[in-house]
Amino acid sequence: MKKAIITVVGKDSVGIIAKVCTYLAERKINILDISQTIVGGYFNMMMVVDVNAATASFDGIASELTEVGKGIGCIIRIQLEDIFDMMHRI
Amino acid sequence: MISRSEIMETNEMIEKENLDVRTITMGISLLDCIDSNLEVMCKKIHDKIARLAGKLVETGDEIGREYGIPVVNKRISVTPIGIIGAAACRTEDDFVRVAKELDAVAKEVGVNFLGGFSAVVAKGMTASDELLMRSIPKALAVTERVCSSVNVGSTRTGINMDAVRLMGETVKKTAELTKDNDSIGCAKLVVFCNAPDDNPFMAGAFHGITEADAVINVGVSGPGVVKKALEATRGKDFEVLCETIKKTAFKITRVGQLVAKRASEMLSVPFGIVDLSLAPTPAVGDSVAEILQEIGLEHPGAPGTTAALALLNDQVKKGGVMASSYVGGLSGAFIPVSEDQGMIDAVNAGCLTLEKLEAMTCVCSVGLDMIAIPGDTSAATVSGIIADEMAIGMVNQKTTAVRLIPVIGKTVGDQAEFGGLLGYAPIMPVNTFDCSAFVNRKGRIPAPIHSFKN
Repeated sequence: MKKAIITVVGKDSVGIIAKVCTYLAERKINILDISQTIVGGYFNMMMVVDVNAATASFDGIASELTEVGKGIGCIIRIQLEDIFDMMHRI
Repeated sequence: MISRSEIMETNEMIEKENLDVRTITMGISLLDCIDSNLEVMCKKIHDKIARLAGKLVETGDEIGREYGIPVVNKRISVTPIGIIGAAACRTEDDFVRVAKELDAVAKEVGVNFLGGFSAVVAKGMTASDELLMRSIPKALAVTERVCSSVNVGSTRTGINMDAVRLMGETVKKTAELTKDNDSIGCAKLVVFCNAPDDNPFMAGAFHGITEADAVINVGVSGPGVVKKALEATRGKDFEVLCETIKKTAFKITRVGQLVAKRASEMLSVPFGIVDLSLAPTPAVGDSVAEILQEIGLEHPGAPGTTAALALLNDQVKKGGVMASSYVGGLSGAFIPVSEDQGMIDAVNAGCLTLEKLEAMTCVCSVGLDMIAIPGDTSAATVSGIIADEMAIGMVNQKTTAVRLIPVIGKTVGDQAEFGGLLGYAPIMPVNTFDCSAFVNRKGRIPAPIHSFKN
């Protein structure tokens, strides 16, 4: 399974999770785990997703997520999980 | 499962502390391009590099996007041209022709530097090696992306003083031919002792003859990450300090290992090594000097600098070695002057001198790097400085290098501007007492004895 981490950071507003999840559903990206919190009024979400069945290339997903982020005033990044695994696990 | 704090830590390193993959360098052997006809050889060189490295830049950028980490440079190193051109090149201009071909193919595939316009002459020079060395000034003046290096000594062979003398003259001529741009040609020219065959960093990269047909070497960097981690250790003892550097070096190097393996897989070229160097850039927060300051020095150059640098260099290696399956290249801390804002500040404050830098090179990964000196420095003096640095490498069984820039038309108090990654540098004073009678002796310095270590 090819897993990726999505991070969403920005000013809190109604419907951030809905917008991001709708996009992921459209692209057939399965959400494996979500954690979300508000720090000082700032929305902070991390998702673990499975991109194996995605209907767009990884590059395409990354740029589309950036666009989704612009619409809701958030910075959205997607990175393959390996970079975190490599750095923090022996 | 990866935790939120781990994800945040990684992304902060990338976004705020300038963690990046400094270079993916593809080493390419040109041994099968040798031909006695110059034009045929140039065509073979062009075709082989274009075939193997055609997708290098695209692949590097794609990996960067997948992991969300900048892959700053994509580069190529080739077999020393002094060997490749031996059958075809009869004149200095023939070698310049090869340099132009390398420059053209570097532009074609989109890499910003190509290293290997080099000669390996630690013990003696072939006629071809000498021709190449004499062609370096013109080759560097008429090309943009070609980098040159000459290995003039090693622990096993001693120092080839004929080559050292010739390189003093070559550095001066290169400076003259590029004087309109603050002698920038010299920024692309490195003189080595014990040069590694698998170094991915420019300007000294070449693909040694011990290497396979093609290989992927990766250089990571992240002085900003180490500096930030050390902020939490102020006032703590050496154990805490060293453990922190080791852990941070481990994390940085793991990213290099990941990127190197991925690049190797995508390009179908074997993985060579990760070079776990702390390589600064002129950007604020991307400085080895700032790490030394964080360790406790007002500026690099203050008493204690050599000890602090020795500690840093050793801990970086200890942390990094476990993080990668193959470590190589120059691995350690780089101390270039013009490419590190903290070093420039130390020179301007009067704290850092050429002599202290020389002492620092005994314990760091490379040598006298990107140092601007007065344009009227004699070739003999440049050779003398090279000889000193080579001796340090030879006796201490380590790589040392010299990349000096005698800036024509400028002197102490002036500043040389190189632009981009190469930065700018204050002109540093040089000891001008004469060494020409020493440098003008013919022959070589014998290899040192490896016992009676005192």
